[in-house]
Amino acid sequence: MKETPLSNCERRFLLRAIEEKKRLDGRQTYDYRNIKISFGTDYGCCIVELGKTRVLGQVSCELVSPKLNRATEGILFFNLELSQMAAPAFEPGRQSDLLVKLNRLLERCLRNSKCIDTESLCVVAGEKVWQIRVDLHLLNHDGNIIDAASIAAIVALSHFRRPDVSVQGDEVTLYTHEERDPVPLSIHHMPICVSFAFFQQGTYLLVDPNEREERVMDGLLVIAMNKHREICTIQSSGGIMLLKDQVLRCSKIAGVKVAEITELIQKALENDQKVRKEGGKFGFAESIANQRITAFKMEKAPVDTSDVEEKAEEIIAEAEPPSEVVSKPVLWTPGTAQIGEGIENSWGDLEDSGKEDEDEGGSDDAIMLDSIKMDTGLEVSGIGSQEDAPIVLSDSEEEEIIILEPDKNLKKIRTQTISAKQEKAPTKKPVKKRKKRAVN
Amino acid sequence: MAEAVSVAADSLTGGRARAAPTVLNQVVLPGEELLLPEQEDVEGPGGGGERPLRLNAGTRSRVRVVCGPGLRRSGDRLLVTKCGRLRHKEPSSGSGGGGGVYWVDSQQKRYVPVKGDHVIGIVTAKSGDIFKVDVGGSEPASLSYLAFEGATKRNRPNVQVGDLIYGQFVVANKDMEPEMVCIDSCGRANGMGVIGHDGLLFKVTLGLIRKLLAPDCEIIQEVGKLYPLEIVFGMNGRIWVKAKTIQQTLILANILEACEHMTADQRKQIFSRLAES
Repeated sequence: MKETPLSNCERRFLLRAIEEKKRLDGRQTYDYRNIKISFGTDYGCCIVELGKTRVLGQVSCELVSPKLNRATEGILFFNLELSQMAAPAFEPGRQSDLLVKLNRLLERCLRNSKCIDTESLCVVAGEKVWQIRVDLHLLNHDGNIIDAASIAAIVALSHFRRPDVSVQGDEVTLYTHEERDPVPLSIHHMPICVSFAFFQQGTYLLVDPNEREERVMDGLLVIAMNKHREICTIQSSGGIMLLKDQVLRCSKIAGVKVAEITELIQKALENDQKVRKEGGKFGFAESIANQRITAFKMEKAPVDTSDVEEKAEEIIAEAEPPSEVVSKPVLWTPGTAQIGEGIENSWGDLEDSGKEDEDEGGSDDAIMLDSIKMDTGLEVSGIGSQEDAPIVLSDSEEEEIIILEPDKNLKKIRTQTISAKQEKAPTKKPVKKRKKRAVN
Repeated sequence: MAEAVSVAADSLTGGRARAAPTVLNQVVLPGEELLLPEQEDVEGPGGGGERPLRLNAGTRSRVRVVCGPGLRRSGDRLLVTKCGRLRHKEPSSGSGGGGGVYWVDSQQKRYVPVKGDHVIGIVTAKSGDIFKVDVGGSEPASLSYLAFEGATKRNRPNVQVGDLIYGQFVVANKDMEPEMVCIDSCGRANGMGVIGHDGLLFKVTLGLIRKLLAPDCEIIQEVGKLYPLEIVFGMNGRIWVKAKTIQQTLILANILEACEHMTADQRKQIFSRLAES
C-alpha cells in the first residue's frame, strides 16, 4: 500500500512550529520520547518502545565453523526487518533503501565498534565458534527507527545467555540450561545511536524526530556513542552542510542522552534479573498496560460521602451486640424446647416433638431468648429494670405476645434505654400470633 | 467466505443464535448470529431444521430492518462481522412499521469508504480532469474538477497536489474506485471544498470521530469554550484544526487525541486546568 502523503498544511505547520521551538507532542528540542524496555520470558528477547515506535529484539546462537581469515572469532549477525505491520507503506520481502541504510548503520554501530567480545565466542579455534544472530523487528513505526533498533539490539545482547560448553581434548560438550547455568555474553560497552534532525538547512535541530518530523526534515545526523563518550559511528544523510561546531554540539548532546539511556538499560536489566531470581512474574504479558476506552463511559452517580463516618458510627452504636448462644436447651412452653438461636417455633404449642429449633437467627427470637433466660433463671445482663415486664412464660396468650416482639424493642432492651416501649409493642402483635395459631 | 463465517458462528455460539434485542449494547463477536425479534417469536430458537431467522418471512407482515456496519445478511441469517457493541436505533415515526437500524459500534483505525460520508482527503495527483485524493481507504478516491462549487470547464478550481479536500462520497462500492464531490445535490459547496493552507491535520480512531460528531458531544462544547477555533472532522478519522496561534492549535490537537482514553472527570480537570492557564 502506498504511504499516506503528507499534506501541504501539515508540512507548513510543522516547520512553523519548529521555528517557534514547539513540537507536536509537547517535547522540548532535546527531549527523547519515553523509552520503555520490557523483556520476554526467554533470555535475549526484548521489546523497546520509543514513544509509539516499537522494536522487538531477539538474539539466538548457533555453533558454526568460523570464517577462514578469523579462525578464533565468533560471528555476529544483525538483521533488521521492517514488517508491514509497522506501517502499511513497508513492502514485505523487498530491500528498500531505508532498510539497507538502517542495517548498515546498525552493523557499523554494533559490530565495528567491537562492543561484543567475539574472541570469547570461540569454542575450538578454526573449527567451532558461536554465531550470534540478532533479529530486530519493527513492530510499529513512528519515526526514529535507528535509535530504537540500536537500543533493542544492545539490550537483547546484554540480556542474552548462551549455553555453556566445555572442551576436553577433542570432545566438545554442550550443556543445556538445566545442566549448567547459561553464560552471558561479554559486552565491553554499549553503543547507542542518537538521531538529530535538521530543518531549514541546519538552522533548527531536533533530537529524536518522530515520523512526521522525519518527513519534513532536511537532513539527519546519527551519532553512535557509548557512555564513555567514545563515538562509535557518525553518519550524516540528507545532503546538508553542517558546521564543525554544530557537529560538536550534537556530540555533546549525544553524550548526555547516551548516559541517560545506558542508565535506563542497566536499571531495566537489573530489574529483570531481580524478578527472575525472586521467581516473580516476568515476560511481555506482564509489561503491557491495560488501556481502556473510557471517555464515553457512563459515570457512576456521585455518592455523598461527607457524613459517612458519622453514619457508620451511628449504625454501630445502634446495632445490638451479638447475642450469646444458649448452649443449654431451654424449655419455654410445655412440650417445646429450644437450643441456641432460632426463630420462634410457631408450631410450638401443637407440636410436641419439637425439641430443638435452631434456624434463621432472626431478631424477633432474640427477645425470646432473653425472656427464656429470665425464665430459666439465667443471668441476663442489665435487664433488671424489665423485671416487671410480662416475660414470665405461661400459657396465656398475652404473655406469648412478648415473645414475638419486633426487633426495635429488642434493641432497646439490650441497650437498656427504654422500658416503656415494650409495653406498647405487645398490643400490635397478638393478632399475628393468633392467626398463626388459627392456621395451625 | 460466507460458509466460513457460518461455520464460525455455529462453533462460537454452540449453534444457538442470540436475539438481537437481548444483546443490545453488549459486546458481539464476529461470526455470531443474531435473531431479530419478529423472527424470534415465530419459531423460537432452534425450531426445526431451518434457521429461525427470516428477514422476510412470507406469512408475516414484512418488517424492514437495516443492517448497519458490522452486520451482514447471509441468506436468511444475520451475522456479525465486527467486534464491538451492538447498537439499535428505532425507526423515525414517519416511516412506520420499520424495525429500525442495527449496527456494531467497533473500534478501528482503517477507514472503508461509505457513500455519503464526509471525509478529509489529501490530493495526491492531478491527472486530466480528475484529482486523485487519498482518504485513508484501500485505494485513492477520484474527484472531478467540475465537482466544486462554481467550477466550469473554463473556470477550474485552484487545487494543488498536497492540498486538503473536504468532500463527500457519491460512489463507494466494494472493489470500485470511490468517487468524491465537493458540492451537494443543489450544486452548493455547503462547507465543502479545499481546506485552508494553515492548521494541523492529525489522525484519530474512527470511533472517536463518531463520538465527537454525535449531536450531544460535550467534548466539542468544552473545547469550543477554550479558544476560538476552526475545526473539520472527517469520517475517515482525520481532524483538521486551526486556532489563532500554533501553541493553541497544538494544545487542541493533543486534547482531542487524549480524550479517547479519559473519563469525564479527568476531562473536566484538564479543561479547568487549561482554562486557568
